[in-house]
This record gives sequence, structure tokens and C-alpha cells, in this order.
Amino acid sequence: MTFSDGIFWVFAVMAVVPALVLLFTRSIVRMAFLLLFSLAGFAGLYLHLGAGFVGFTQVLVYIGGILILFLFGVMLTARVDVPVRPSPIRHSVLPGIVAGLVVMGCLLFIAVGNPWEVRQPTEEERIAAAAPDSPRIGLKILSTYVLPFEAVSILLLAAMVGATYIARSRPNSKEGGSRDLVADAGSLETSDLTAEGKK
Amino acid sequence: MNMLVLLKTPLLGAATPDQVGLEHYLVVSALVFGLGIMVVITRRNAIAILMGLELLVNSVGLNFVAFAKFSSPDAIDGQVVTLFIIVIAAAEAALALAIALNIFNNLNTVEVDEARLLKG
Repeated sequence: MTFSDGIFWVFAVMAVVPALVLLFTRSIVRMAFLLLFSLAGFAGLYLHLGAGFVGFTQVLVYIGGILILFLFGVMLTARVDVPVRPSPIRHSVLPGIVAGLVVMGCLLFIAVGNPWEVRQPTEEERIAAAAPDSPRIGLKILSTYVLPFEAVSILLLAAMVGATYIARSRPNSKEGGSRDLVADAGSLETSDLTAEGKK
Repeated sequence: MNMLVLLKTPLLGAATPDQVGLEHYLVVSALVFGLGIMVVITRRNAIAILMGLELLVNSVGLNFVAFAKFSSPDAIDGQVVTLFIIVIAAAEAALALAIALNIFNNLNTVEVDEARLLKG
């Protein structure tokens, strides 16, 4: 086992073990922090594969962006006034575990059992691969992949506008609008529940 | 050059024949993919389900980079695909969290099996 392999094992454990613990964690904030370690492990694996640009993009976008978004979501949707109910036995726990194990088993069977034809790089390619990869990625994106690049740009714009529209605050939500139907249904349910509690 | 020598120095005695190869990355990816599916199916909280989705997306991206590194002469293609995957996952997370916030505003919960207004 070389030093490089040792680095791989460190990052592999860092990617898999937090994901496993995340499955059995109740607290959603702890889940978010376990996800941080798992994503950092993936970033390390990207770096170990020689994909520096992807690895640092992973750190920037996932750990710097999506995880913070998750933490905001957790804080904005936590009900501090309602005590945590004892969660009932759920009918989807056993099928979920079984489905995950089946998919995992199939993928492991393919990954280990298939005789992959690994291509040994020549010495020139090894030297070329050691060069910084961001210029090559930039050229590739703006030549071969320019159409997906533009499509993704439009998708990002649409997602940004859509997310802003969906999550906007509605100051005059009391009068009119189809949304009030939903809001009334929700408040009806909760008021019924509180009335029952008072009885 | 020193860095390369350092990376090749054997740890734990002699170099064992099982060097880290494509299979190792595929196994890591398969494990995390299965765990992500379990999280998505067993959780009720919408944000926890989104975390499981991120695990799924990450394991797929790792597969792309690993296959490109070990099978293609120019390993950039797989990296570009993974970059697109990361971007789309970011857009998806932003939209899904906006929807979760809206559900919370209307129903005062983010448990997915309590959001059943259409079911009656």
C-alpha cells in the first residue's frame, strides 16, 4: 500500500461512514453536518483521481452553497413550539432498507465482478494529465459541450427565478387567490386539532 | 518530483499487489448510492430526503470521474459531465428547498406524508 493508496482509504472512509451514520441519525442538524463530512470525502476522492477543478467545485458548490442552504431550510422549518412526537412505526422503513440493500448489492456485484478493461496511460499522457486541468476543462466546455453549457445556463436562470417566485413572501395573502384554499385547509385542520385538544 | 516519490513510497511494509484501481472507486460509489436510496425512502422530513438525493448525485458523479480516469486517454470528458451534474444538483436543491418552505408556510410541517391535501 503506497502513500497515495493510504490517502484514498482515508477519503473513502470519510465518504462512506458519515453516510452510514446519517441513515441512523434522528436529529436533522446532525444529518446536515454528517453530510458535510461525506461531501468533503467525495471532494477528496475527486482530488485523488486527479480532477482538481471538480474537487474544488465540489467544495465551493456543495459545502459552501447547498449545505448552507440545507441549514437555512432546517432552521426555517423547525417547529420549536411543537414537541417532537414519538414517530410511529413506519411502513416504509423495511422496504426502504431492503430496496437500498438490493440496489447496493447489484452495484457491488457489477463493480467487483465485471472484468473492467483498465487502460494504462502512456508516459506522455501521464505528463499531460499532471498539467493543470482547468484550461482544458474550459476549452472543452466552450467547444464540445457548448450546447449543454448554454442549456445549463438557462436552467440555472429558470431555477433561480422559479425559486424566488415560489419562496416569495405574500403580504396580502388574506384576500383572494387560489392559495388561500390551501392555507384555509391547513388552518382548518390545525384549528380542529387544537379544538379537540381543548375538549 | 519529490511529491511523486512521496506518493510512491510504500506504507505498511512492502507494496501489496492490490493497488487502488477502478473497482475501489466503484465500490465506494455503490455503497453511498445504496445508503442514499435508504435515506430517501425511509425518511419523512423533506429536507432529510433532499440530503439523501445529494448522496445519490455525488456517487454518480464519482463514477463518471473514475471511469474517465481509468478508461479514456483524455480524462476531461467525465469531469465536464460531473461539473454539469453538480450545477443541476444545485439548481434542484434550491428549487426543492423553496417548495419545502412553501409547504411549511401552508401546512406548518415538512413531513412528506402529511402533505396530502390533494388526497383529501
